[in-house]
Amino acid sequence: MVNLTLYTVKAVVMLDSEGGRVLAKYFGSDYSSAKDQKAFEKGLYDKTKRAPHGEILLFDNQVVLYRFHEDVFFYIVGMPEENEAMLLVILNAFSDAVSMLLRHQISKRVILENLDLVVLALDETIDEGIVLETDPSAIVARVSKPRENLSDVPLSEQTLIQAYQTAKEKFGTALLK
Amino acid sequence: MSFSKRDEDSGRIGYHHYFDKTTVLQEARVFNESPINARKCRALLTKILYLISLGETFGTTEATELFFSVTKLFQSKDSALRQMVYLVIKELSTVAEDVIMVTSSLMKDMQPTSEVMYRANAIRVLRKITDASMLQGLERFLKAAIVDKNAKVSSAALVSSYHLYAIAREVVKRWANEAQEAINAKPQSVVSAASSYVTSFGNAPQAYTAVSNSNIVQYHALGLLYAIRQKDRMAVSKLVQNYAAKSGLSGSVLRSPFAQCLLVRYACKVMEEDPSSTRAVYELLEGWLRHKSEMVNLEAAKAICEMKDATVKELFPAVTTLQNFLSSGKPSIKFAAIRALNKLAMSQPAAVAPCNIDMENMITDQNRSISTFAITTLLKTGNEASVERLMKQISGFMSEITDESKVLVVEAVGSLCIKFPAKHHVMLSFLSGALRDDGGYDFKRAVVEAIFNFVKYIPESKEAALSHLCEIIEDCEYSKLSVKILHLLGVEGPKCPQPTKYIRYIYNRVILENAVVRGAAVSALAKFGVNVEDEAVKQSVKVLLSRCLDDADDEVRDRATMYLNVIKSGDEKGYVKDDSTYALAYLERQLLNYVSNPELADTPFDLSTVPKISRQEEQESRGPLEQAGAIQSLGGRISPPHSGTASNGAGARPAASTTPSLDQQAVYAQKLAEVPEFASFGPLFKSTAKPVELTESETEYVVSCVKHVFAQHIVFQFNIKNTLNDSVLEDVNVLMTPDNDEVSLVEKVLIPAPQLVYDVPGIAYVAFERTVLEDYPECTFTNELKFIVKDCDPQTGEPDEEGFEDDYQVEEVSLAIADFVLPSYIPSFNKAWEDLGIDYEVVETLALTTSPGLQEACRDLIALLGMQALENSGTVQGSNVHTMILSGIFIGGAQVLARCRMTYDSATGVTLQLAIRSTNGEVSQILIGAIA
Repeated sequence: MVNLTLYTVKAVVMLDSEGGRVLAKYFGSDYSSAKDQKAFEKGLYDKTKRAPHGEILLFDNQVVLYRFHEDVFFYIVGMPEENEAMLLVILNAFSDAVSMLLRHQISKRVILENLDLVVLALDETIDEGIVLETDPSAIVARVSKPRENLSDVPLSEQTLIQAYQTAKEKFGTALLK
Repeated sequence: MSFSKRDEDSGRIGYHHYFDKTTVLQEARVFNESPINARKCRALLTKILYLISLGETFGTTEATELFFSVTKLFQSKDSALRQMVYLVIKELSTVAEDVIMVTSSLMKDMQPTSEVMYRANAIRVLRKITDASMLQGLERFLKAAIVDKNAKVSSAALVSSYHLYAIAREVVKRWANEAQEAINAKPQSVVSAASSYVTSFGNAPQAYTAVSNSNIVQYHALGLLYAIRQKDRMAVSKLVQNYAAKSGLSGSVLRSPFAQCLLVRYACKVMEEDPSSTRAVYELLEGWLRHKSEMVNLEAAKAICEMKDATVKELFPAVTTLQNFLSSGKPSIKFAAIRALNKLAMSQPAAVAPCNIDMENMITDQNRSISTFAITTLLKTGNEASVERLMKQISGFMSEITDESKVLVVEAVGSLCIKFPAKHHVMLSFLSGALRDDGGYDFKRAVVEAIFNFVKYIPESKEAALSHLCEIIEDCEYSKLSVKILHLLGVEGPKCPQPTKYIRYIYNRVILENAVVRGAAVSALAKFGVNVEDEAVKQSVKVLLSRCLDDADDEVRDRATMYLNVIKSGDEKGYVKDDSTYALAYLERQLLNYVSNPELADTPFDLSTVPKISRQEEQESRGPLEQAGAIQSLGGRISPPHSGTASNGAGARPAASTTPSLDQQAVYAQKLAEVPEFASFGPLFKSTAKPVELTESETEYVVSCVKHVFAQHIVFQFNIKNTLNDSVLEDVNVLMTPDNDEVSLVEKVLIPAPQLVYDVPGIAYVAFERTVLEDYPECTFTNELKFIVKDCDPQTGEPDEEGFEDDYQVEEVSLAIADFVLPSYIPSFNKAWEDLGIDYEVVETLALTTSPGLQEACRDLIALLGMQALENSGTVQGSNVHTMILSGIFIGGAQVLARCRMTYDSATGVTLQLAIRSTNGEVSQILIGAIA
């Protein structure tokens, strides 16, 4: 059946390299119980772990698009008849937004350390199965960062590499202006 | 303060493995601290979200307490904290109680003076916690938010309205104009939108001032507009025309490709509902194939491929588009294209054939889903020579693909057997090889079904296929499949030259398997005993069956005993060879009624009222899926279950007509059971198969009637549809007046249709009681609708206060003897005819002046008697002599048989000798009366 509604995404799931859940959000009633979700994730992981760059498959009568970063899988689950190109845009939007927020260092550790940013990015990308925004920079702009307490930031915590990277970024934006 | 510092310090919460729900609930004290420590709170909120995401559940009290301590954080002015608070409130709102309490805080955040982030998110949260009754109060805010200059606010309001539409249709309906305005709004200038956001950060980095380039707000607005208008066919058609037409020189109004995709879908919907628009919509679709966005091209190409009866020429541009996608660098696009082509190849392999070379290259694609689709498509479009090579290639990676893909492959191979029967040995060995792979039930079942196809359609492969099946049951983990296979072996095995070889396999099951499989094996064995002519085989089957007499399971033992006796007594016809079965849906309904009605507990269940159907019909009614499967293998194509072919298949066989009507009857019975007034009438005996049209289809009110016959009551169901979009009918009654005052019918119940709005059918009922049980009245009713009509606004459907009474005459309905007869199948007419004897036989010779030929006479007789033609006798073979045999059940359960001998002479027309036998003399008389 052709989907005449705005409900496009059934689930967004992030799994680590052992198939454990990093973050998951299911919309609608298809996988409402924790048991169904676990079974779904396990099957999904088994089918994708050998082909981390396959990007797309049919699984459990759903179209699933996925992307692998370092040690984390990003999955977007859509209805079987959904337009794959639409889902791809959604996956790209979310994955790129997260990547920008985490400054291109996606890994399980970084995601967990910055989970607030990631859950907000997800919330700004999809609202109960309806895609809210597909422009990754707009999503990034909508994710607020915690206000800092100056006193809590010992300079020593910054590594040289990080300092270099921020400098590079700042320089880049300055040039763009 | 530098940017780098900010980021480095961003609410770090580290690994979460060391904390659990209890610690988090304890830490929640931090929410009560004053002043609020924003960073700490945000980190804790993140932890809560993380726990929820991992599947942790909060009890109602826990959630409520947590919820209210979180709401304290509204005091903080920190926007970063507030955004997290919104998110947590949304998550907890489904569990916690009294969430409505935060409404006022959210309302404050929604004010136009608030920051954008506050406003957009507050709207989305409010949507989660509000209900239909509160929506009235929010309407003004939401309407204003929909047309807000800021796309983020507008999107949030539109999406929230979309969610709300499901619970408060009437209110959201009124926002159509705002949605329209949102679609047409100019793209906002980067500066103005960005500036309002930047303020929320204070000295936020300029890099993050990006404003959305996606124009996605149009997608949300279009979706909402369609939801509001979807019932109004004209409005949808206008919507499509409006936005499709504007894609002229200056570029379309719809800049969002997502919105364009929606428009493609709506256009197809218009085409589906109004076939006359096909041409125009096709041209639009063709235009969308050249749109600059991939997803729109894809959507349009898919839509063209889905068009019914599209010619190869019409398909060509879509196929070309998909062909280009086949060489895309993005796996998803490749996948989409090959999947669409694969689907198209099922019905139109010739149209897909030009892509063969591209698909050959994809066989070795990294992504197994893509290569599987490529191969299964090639199997459909390719020639005989390539089959072997493709099979070899695919068996190389069968183990790597998902079950879904495996089923696809197996189905493709199964339908291929019809196309290239010469290759059956390659395909069979492929299938049996596939069975050895791991796989779930669906996959194994697909393989077994595919092998069944070989048995059914390719006689030369039958023996090989059967021996493969024998091997499968040797170690099959699914009892269901074993039973299926054993049944087939029982049917097909005895017809083979060497039946003994299957007996060994079957008997092995008796020794080794569980009770379900053993039972099936015993039944299969018995079929050999009955159907194989060779005495030696009969003898050995008897020996084997007698060994089963000691089985541990009752069912198996009973079956063995029964079959042994059947074989010994020679009364095989009645049991093993019987090809009739009860109409299962009807039987189920009767049994349910029997079980649920305590008064009936003292009497045994009466099977005689249940109509019988042949096995063939039962197979056909098994459900559209299987039927489509059968057609797929016949024509070498897999048709979607809802396609027209299924109904054609059933229509081609006149004998099959009863089964669908019985299914339909089950639907009616369910509907009638919901009406309390009819509860005392008992079980439904018969419903007319097709509604009788009482008006032309283009009149103001379209009315049709269905008759439902109960033991002592008759219910007339009037389906009424109002086709005027500017009026609403209320309290619609049907006045039925019989043409004969002396008829033994009394009107018992009159149920009006409460309200009829435009294009939504309603039902009114009239029920009569037969006052004399032995009288089966025939009469004609004149019918008149009485109702109150109110004018209404075609857009909103809001009716005026004042209405006036009106009536409307529709055509007549008649009640005939046929309404008291249920068509029923019996396996052997002659035997039943003899058994009934001549005690209650009535014979009459008549001249049928009204029927111009034999075929018409048959049709009229079936209609008049309401019985089922048996053994294909409903179709006239000869030119001037024909005998039609009929069977049915009269109300109350009496069996009725009729033999109609007819001769045709061009001078005198059709002469009929009608003989009716029944278990009840009166019934025979009544039925003769129906003709005379």
